[in-house]
Amino acid sequence: MKYNIGALIVGLLFAIGLGLSGILQPANIIGFLDIFGKWNPTLLFTMAGAVGVHFITYRLIRKRKTPMFSKEWFIPTRQEITPALVIGSLIFGIGWGLGGYCPTVSVTTLASFETRPIIVFVSIIFGMLLFWFLDKKMNLKSRLE
Amino acid sequence: METEWVMGLAGGVVIGIAVSLMLLWNGRVTGVSSIVYGVLVPIKGDISWRWYFIVGLLLGGLSLKFTAPELLAAELQTKAWIGSLAGILVGFGAMLGGGCTSGHGVCGVSRVSPRSIVATIVFMAAGMAAVVLLRKTGLYI
Repeated sequence: MKYNIGALIVGLLFAIGLGLSGILQPANIIGFLDIFGKWNPTLLFTMAGAVGVHFITYRLIRKRKTPMFSKEWFIPTRQEITPALVIGSLIFGIGWGLGGYCPTVSVTTLASFETRPIIVFVSIIFGMLLFWFLDKKMNLKSRLE
Repeated sequence: METEWVMGLAGGVVIGIAVSLMLLWNGRVTGVSSIVYGVLVPIKGDISWRWYFIVGLLLGGLSLKFTAPELLAAELQTKAWIGSLAGILVGFGAMLGGGCTSGHGVCGVSRVSPRSIVATIVFMAAGMAAVVLLRKTGLYI
């Protein structure tokens, strides 16, 4: 139960952090990506804040033998740069720039009850299911690894 | 402008604390696309915490809606079909690339993972190109 409540608190804090930083307004994401237009550097400060904190805490926390509410760590250990990583990130980035929504923002802004986040969220789910289908049918990911 | 970057930094620090708690408590990376995917395509015995996390995000969003609704303004940037195309690319790309802005961009870059650093550079550059495209084609409102 601690495990679940922990995840809930993390989600809640994450959403509030996103809200404070202004990222829940897609205009700010587009503004950050618009380096050749009217650039809005705010997201850079957000990334610096998040990475700055976690860069330090990651090292401190990993000194523990185990996490507090679990017997083992679930941290990716892969190192190699694969076509799947690059092509996937490229596709993700194009979508991110076109819409101004990453998955975290799309879930959180559902709470606004506005139409646009719902459209984007449903489309993200569709995109994930499309990946699942193609991966199952033709081993898409392993072919690109 | 000054308050904007201070708020941006403050929000980032809160996000950094959130992902640190996920690591300290549950030993996990806070990769939101993977968390959502794990609900869609469930793995036995690894589902409930994902729902709790998603509910947490929604509760956070709701608390903003009632305290500072201007932070949750989902302004219309582009036509609806572009929003839909954008979502499909985001969902598909995040799964093929093994993560999104939270998993690669925040958690991965923090632990200096080469994969996440490459992913973050690639998706930021692609995003910038997409915004130029929107502007050039006049599809950006």
